[in-house]
Amino acid sequence: MTATATTVTAPDQLAGERYPAGALTFFSDTLLIFRRQLRLSLRNPAWVIIGLIQPILYLAFFGPLLARIATAGALGVPPDNPYSFFVPGLLIQLGLFGAAFVGFSIVADWRAGVIERFRVTPVSRMALLAGRVLRDVLTLTVQAVVLVLAGLAFGLRAPLAGVLIGLCFVAVVAVSLASVSYAVGLLLKSEDALAPLLNMVMVPLMLLSGIMLPMTLGPQWLQDAAKVTPFGYIITAMRDVFAGSYFNRAVAEGIAVSVGLAVVCVWLASRAFVKENA
Amino acid sequence: MIIEAQGLARTFTTRKRTVEAVRGVDLTVRAGEIVGFLGPNGAGKTTTLRMLTTLLRPTAGTAMVAGSDLLRDPVGVRRRIGYVPQAIGVTAGGTDPNCLVSEELAIQGRVYRLSAAQAAERAAVLTDQLELTGLEDRLCKTLSGGQRRRLDIALGLVHSPLVVFLDEPTTGLDPQSRSNLWDHIRGLRERLGTTVFLTTHYLEEADALCDRVLVIDHGKIIAEGVPDELKRQISGDVVTLSVSADPARAQAILSDYPGVREIAAEGRAIRMTVEHGEEALPGMLRALDADGITMESIQLARPTLDDVFLTLTGRSLRDDSPAARAEAGQLAGAGRD
Repeated sequence: MTATATTVTAPDQLAGERYPAGALTFFSDTLLIFRRQLRLSLRNPAWVIIGLIQPILYLAFFGPLLARIATAGALGVPPDNPYSFFVPGLLIQLGLFGAAFVGFSIVADWRAGVIERFRVTPVSRMALLAGRVLRDVLTLTVQAVVLVLAGLAFGLRAPLAGVLIGLCFVAVVAVSLASVSYAVGLLLKSEDALAPLLNMVMVPLMLLSGIMLPMTLGPQWLQDAAKVTPFGYIITAMRDVFAGSYFNRAVAEGIAVSVGLAVVCVWLASRAFVKENA
Repeated sequence: MIIEAQGLARTFTTRKRTVEAVRGVDLTVRAGEIVGFLGPNGAGKTTTLRMLTTLLRPTAGTAMVAGSDLLRDPVGVRRRIGYVPQAIGVTAGGTDPNCLVSEELAIQGRVYRLSAAQAAERAAVLTDQLELTGLEDRLCKTLSGGQRRRLDIALGLVHSPLVVFLDEPTTGLDPQSRSNLWDHIRGLRERLGTTVFLTTHYLEEADALCDRVLVIDHGKIIAEGVPDELKRQISGDVVTLSVSADPARAQAILSDYPGVREIAAEGRAIRMTVEHGEEALPGMLRALDADGITMESIQLARPTLDDVFLTLTGRSLRDDSPAARAEAGQLAGAGRD
């Protein structure tokens, strides 16, 4: 036994020397997982394109209707620029649905045994989450840029700084929803349970966020209901920055709500990923 | 001792009831051993394995694995062990169907903190050792069952672990791939002295591969030992002699022979259970010969581990009754919660 023991300690010691401290490990591991997931996405780019079809269809088939309403002054934006109202809404819709449904992929990963395989390695368990979320943020940002470009083609006019800030909002929303979606997927381990749950949560959140029409058109009770959901604040802030107004109460509220939501979501999700027996 | 566990237990609480999947397992494994963990579905094999590999926190008990305490230093354990999950039932063996074989090997090395160059070197060695040459640029989903299982095992070995845990390594493979995989597992120990801890419900597998077998049933270890020893302890060998004449006299002579139990004559054949049959046989033949009895044929049958299991638990390891399946399914499901 002694002879065999010496031959096997060598590679272990070699690996042991390469173990850096916590934070560094987390970042390098996140990068590893991010690159793996990105390569998988690029192998099947069809899903990225399919994800874009829905908002583009809204832009093409629903946008012109809104343009008419805008002329009547109901949207709260200049009548000649209805798309500065509509495109921020579509960006958030893209973020809501693009990021909220990533949990399905983790169910597939879990079923393939990939999650367990990595959980037995010294890889940071938080990095398994963060690497995936980072990939989703990148995917959604690319989709959002394409959507903004399409919006410009339809007649959107917005300052570059406003658009960039808007994209940041989309990225932060993507972080929140993707994290929670992965955590819920990992806890449920079943597509059959995940789909109705996501619909049940996401559809009311979307309706109350004022993506299509301003909530101010609604009765008071509806406006009150919207006030307790997060996305209305974020959309209002995005519409302001698209209109070139950066320093006001609505934008500050939007930043606070989106960052606060991200912190809570990432915290909850990390608990699911770090848990000993998930 | 490379694995030393005391009183490992795990209870799952489902909505309706509490399932004690593992109820106090003590086990030790020496460095360089190949140990088989044998038991029917739902006996607690996988749950125990998942505790030893830091995937599941025990509700009670402690264990040292590869020099680190399971509860206090799980990352230390993870660095030094390899794990190959089971590839049947709810989850598959751990590869992403849409990844290339080379990608899977490379990232596995990287998560064990090998440099890119070291990871590539290890991938090349393992590709060669596990006969995966030529498959590097294939998607995992295009591999055959045997190839995929060899890849699963290669992934568990990328960092040259001290101990490798194999959960049902050959379940679902054809006999040829199975014996091929056995050769690879034996080779691991021969080449590197790697300790192998595997679960199986195939008796042939435990017999062919393992230095020592732990038999688990209903969450407790009910027997352990070298396969041959276990078989001997429990049932002895079955010797069948067929004599040319006078079986009654032959029976009388043999029934007094030391170590002979349960002797019965059927026509001219005498069937008996003998302890250490292969050692007793020459003497028995001489005794019959001295008495002028000639023999026509001799047969020595070793009991199988299945006999062992039957004697220990009163049911066959291959028990596939609906009740057994239902129980197994429930426990297996709970084990993954």
